[in-house]
Amino acid sequence: MTYHANNKGYYGEFGGAYIPEMLYPNCEELRQNYIRIMEEPSFKEEFDQLLKDYVGRPTPLYFAKRLSEKYGTKIYLKREDLCHTGAHKVNNTIGQILMAQRLGKNRIIAETGAGQHGVATATVCALMGIECIVYMGEIDIARQAPNVARMKMLGAEVRPALSGSRTLKDATNEAIRDWINNPVDTHYIIGSVVGPHPYPDMVARFQSVISEEIKWQLKEKEGREHPDYVVACVGGGSNAAGTYYHYLDNPDVGIIAVEAAGKGVNSGESAATSALGKVGIIHGSKTLLMQTSDGQITEPYSISAGLDYPGVGPMHAHLFKSGRGEFISITDDEAMTAGLEMAQLEGIIPAIETSHAFAIFDHRKFKQDDVVVVNLSGRGDKDLDTYIDYFKL
Amino acid sequence: MASKGKLLSIYFTAGYPDLNDTLKIIQDLEKNGVDMIEIGLPFSDPLADGPTIQQSSTAALKNGMTTEILFNQLRDIRKSVSIPLLIMGYFNPMLQYGVEAFCKKCREIGIDGLIIPDLPVDVYHEEYRDIFEKYGLINVFLITPQTSEERIRFIDKVSKGFIYMVSSASVTGSGKGFGNVQTDYFKRISTMQLSNPQIVGFGIKDSETFAQATKTAKGAIIGSAFIKHLTENGVNSVSDFIHTIR
Repeated sequence: MTYHANNKGYYGEFGGAYIPEMLYPNCEELRQNYIRIMEEPSFKEEFDQLLKDYVGRPTPLYFAKRLSEKYGTKIYLKREDLCHTGAHKVNNTIGQILMAQRLGKNRIIAETGAGQHGVATATVCALMGIECIVYMGEIDIARQAPNVARMKMLGAEVRPALSGSRTLKDATNEAIRDWINNPVDTHYIIGSVVGPHPYPDMVARFQSVISEEIKWQLKEKEGREHPDYVVACVGGGSNAAGTYYHYLDNPDVGIIAVEAAGKGVNSGESAATSALGKVGIIHGSKTLLMQTSDGQITEPYSISAGLDYPGVGPMHAHLFKSGRGEFISITDDEAMTAGLEMAQLEGIIPAIETSHAFAIFDHRKFKQDDVVVVNLSGRGDKDLDTYIDYFKL
Repeated sequence: MASKGKLLSIYFTAGYPDLNDTLKIIQDLEKNGVDMIEIGLPFSDPLADGPTIQQSSTAALKNGMTTEILFNQLRDIRKSVSIPLLIMGYFNPMLQYGVEAFCKKCREIGIDGLIIPDLPVDVYHEEYRDIFEKYGLINVFLITPQTSEERIRFIDKVSKGFIYMVSSASVTGSGKGFGNVQTDYFKRISTMQLSNPQIVGFGIKDSETFAQATKTAKGAIIGSAFIKHLTENGVNSVSDFIHTIR
């Protein structure tokens, strides 16, 4: 039994590549080459070097003493917030830009919601001197002005997605359309473990550096590679996939996925896909997604733009459906409170996405000697305005 | 006009401009000599479509179109219309309706087949082919200028009816016109001696592009240009549009 993707990109019943024929050659080229390229010594060497010298890896595994005392268990934080550009997203964009170069592509497109993945993509494109176009919903452009400015400063073109609800899902549609229109020279850097095969598996592999490091870091600190639990927030689920990756098939490690309940799971304004979603197809992948009874994809809501996605990566759909993962939904209010607590107990202001993961300690008891590793996926600088508004700081 | 003997097929989005225009549009298309109709089942996230079809889909959904309503509108269609009718839509709404229930309903109504751009031929072949065949429905697959010869042969083998030849690497409604790349591609496909006829779609917008596309192919499909015409001229203008094509 494995919780990894099979060679057709299925995690149990989820995944695959439900794509129009126009995308088939692009995805097929990637599918046939991604594992071979990732295993080339020269690729590994360049990837590792950039992660070390440019991204700043390994990121620390930090024992959160005061948080642990408060909740009566041993809590470690994996400090992805200390990565260059402020979140785990860059692990994937470094990997994919190297992949694009080896596939001979000279034009990069990406989608972004809050702008974190857009910034991480614009960053690696600047690093490599490659043209970069980022699709972003018109509404997100208005509410994430600093990240739009960052992308522009990094030399990327930010194109507004004007269709549908003008947010992340529509930005993704536009990026896919661009790829259909530019099938030869363009690589599409998807930012999460979503999309058609091989994206979910490829992105998970690039992010797997997170749990690879946790293993040896925990061994140094606790004398064992395996925590009792790994915890991460899930929107599309890339930071979670990286955090779980090397523990997926180890039943001794509990997997906890934290979703955004928004204003409450049953409020009609939520992004808790595991609770509200049904099996369907979004952006080329069979997975759980929020939709009407008629199969129209609905708009999610969360205070955190990074969790505001109506689907979830197929790996996570499978973890949920199989019972391997424990899924908890956290409301906006609970997340904001947990973010403030983290700031005042540990001196770390987390991204609001990550704040959702910390809120579980009010929901779920752990044993005194449990070792719980939480992925601190991003830092809160980008969310300062939201925190200011919320707490009237 | 030039393209005599070639099939003219029209795509429109069901429920647009108004929810109950479906029947009238189909009947008027047949009356004006259209040979085949693709009835678009609107979807919230039509990945392969350009702005025109996306906007008409969004509007149709806003008008209240659902799978059930479309089936109700089409219930008696075979009493008044005899040309081939296909439903074109994305896979998720069909999946939610239930693929078998969907096919059964199509059969009852007298729909001839389906075009589902995001249901790849391999998945169809392995998981759904038996259901489609049980209900006597053809499933139409797309090929593009980038589709390999081997894959075209496979699609030809699995197809019954015709092959939908996407004219260029683009979403629908791009309307860049046809150049040498298309001409070569059309020629290349026609020399492959496929067992299914080919009908060209994407980028056909007037009599000129229709004539170019049907030089070697059996027919062509017009979608975005027709929808644009309806938007600008209203639902009573079907015959005007068809007469600009042939």
